[in-house]
Amino acid sequence: MNAPAPVLAVEDLTVRFETRRGPVEAVRGVSFTLAQGRSLGIVGESGSGKSQTCFAIMGLLPGNARVGGSARLEGEELLGLPRQRLDRLRGRRMGIVFQDPMTALTPHRTVGAQLCEVLRQHEGVSAAEARQRALEIMDRVRITDPERRFAMYPFELSGGMRQRIVIATALVLRPALLIADEPTTALDVTVQAEVLRTFRAVVEHTGTSLVLVTHDLGVVAGACDEVAVMYAGRVVERAEVAALFRAPAHPYTRALLECRPRLDDAPVERLRSIEGQPPASAVDAPGCAFAPRCRFAAPRCTGERPALRPRQDADGVTRWVACHLDDDAAVAGGPA
Amino acid sequence: MSAPLLEVEALAVHFPVRGRGGPRTLRAVDGVGFTLSAGETLGIVGESGCGKSTLARALLGLVPVSAGTVRFGGAPVDYADQRGLRPLRRAVRLVFQDPLASLNPRFTVRQSVREPLDIFEPGLASRERDRRALEMLERVGLGSGFAARFPHELSGGQNQRVSLARALVAEPRLVICDEAVSALDVSIQAQILNLLADIQRDTGIALLFISHDLSVVRHVSRRLLVLYLGRVMEHGEASAVFANPRHPYTRSLLDAVPVPDPAIERARARAAPPLAGELPSPLDPPSGCVFRTRCPRATPLCKITPPPLTGEARSAFACHHPLEDTRR
Repeated sequence: MNAPAPVLAVEDLTVRFETRRGPVEAVRGVSFTLAQGRSLGIVGESGSGKSQTCFAIMGLLPGNARVGGSARLEGEELLGLPRQRLDRLRGRRMGIVFQDPMTALTPHRTVGAQLCEVLRQHEGVSAAEARQRALEIMDRVRITDPERRFAMYPFELSGGMRQRIVIATALVLRPALLIADEPTTALDVTVQAEVLRTFRAVVEHTGTSLVLVTHDLGVVAGACDEVAVMYAGRVVERAEVAALFRAPAHPYTRALLECRPRLDDAPVERLRSIEGQPPASAVDAPGCAFAPRCRFAAPRCTGERPALRPRQDADGVTRWVACHLDDDAAVAGGPA
Repeated sequence: MSAPLLEVEALAVHFPVRGRGGPRTLRAVDGVGFTLSAGETLGIVGESGCGKSTLARALLGLVPVSAGTVRFGGAPVDYADQRGLRPLRRAVRLVFQDPLASLNPRFTVRQSVREPLDIFEPGLASRERDRRALEMLERVGLGSGFAARFPHELSGGQNQRVSLARALVAEPRLVICDEAVSALDVSIQAQILNLLADIQRDTGIALLFISHDLSVVRHVSRRLLVLYLGRVMEHGEASAVFANPRHPYTRSLLDAVPVPDPAIERARARAAPPLAGELPSPLDPPSGCVFRTRCPRATPLCKITPPPLTGEARSAFACHHPLEDTRR
């Protein structure tokens, strides 16, 4: 097997917080790899561990966090890396985009100056070259009239424009990996659509890999190649987007898709809801964490934790599912 | 048809703004009109800055109304008379996006839910107010075990149930939900939306449902109002507007909503961007039709004459060049 080395390889990642009320396990053994030029959407509700997984990779967890397992960026282990080395990697090899563009940009400097600063700090290029490259990257993230915007302050730009500047800042050093945590959650739908197109175009044209964290499966459908669905600190399903949306295999993925009203479907009288709440992160049940809310739960589900195992569907497409209910017919048809 | 509960006519909220270049006027809401009957839900959609939240606040007299009339229960509302607004503020309750910001952190759940009764029903025996608060908590799915707890001990969904109980306890006739489910996880969102539907069916309250989330709005609303820069772009039966939008702005909004179907999303990505350009400043709105600067169908006429709201109750729109009516 001579597959190219993955850009990002995460293995059995755990994140634990020591709090005054005892330990809280946010991530409980997450593994995935991401190839060059591919985009992975990590989807889950609050508390699922999706953001903490990314924070661990980015080395941005607070001091009371204990990280286990491994996360390698282009072969280099990120966990436990000295602060200085990490500072160099972030930006250079790993670009980061957060939810709120206003907090990611300095309010009192023009966006052009901020872009150039990144280049001059990390690559020591001349002012003229920095300006040239900043304008190029602004064009790449579809900022119209970059010359004029270059001299503008963040407050003079709209929310969508600001978020595109943040994406430009994350990309300007041509990182191998771009990590975006809910990058469109604070934006209007119209602006969200434009920013998601920008991500798609960036992955296609620069060959960077993308990890996009979101609570919205709709966002993933358009922007990503693969999806990992997380619940209570673990990945419960992982598949190519087309396969996942065509036939979600895990009951939680199914439920997530069903409880959102959709514009492309006939209206429904009543939404299917997932009763109850996600489990607290302090307790780890011996069985499947979703079992208490699962329509299909069997006695086995509460006693024994299902491992994330490959499963092949009728078209020969492989996906990974952590569920005891292997019989697709049972899941599709509902409980007998 | 019974008389509408709420009748809004040509409502305007203008804020004076001082700045470089002298005093100017920000027209946050401009000439908005609609009616809402008991048991009905009106959805209000539009991008941030379209005036949807200002409209809600104006209805309660929380921001000054500059022009227009509001009739509630058949009687005109006089916003100059603060004392006279008390009955309105009992009958119309607001539920906001962030329950943690709207609940008093030092009140127990029971105290929070009881407070409207303490204010509006001081004649009621204390024990009776407690009983009604607990009953309402039960109704929103929180057992008596929650009564003595504080907001920080509850999840977002549970706190939003508390906010709902608090809104409903003094038996309002209209509840305004301003992005009330937007901050909740999708699985919890569905629970709250179903609960709202049940309560509306049982009590016949009217709902004004403000949200940026068009999928959710379509699910809950009978009628729909689409706002852009404080003006009504389209107004009609939700099913008609969603199935066959006549205003290009409504079409753009609908096209921008991500759909959990990779095939549709890929096809869209190859099409033209959903909405070009930037939202103009509300201080300096475009002449004529305010949407013309971003509209794919704009012509010189749109620059000169603001299009009036035309059409029928089922579907009215303010556009010189509406999209085709495919339902005829």
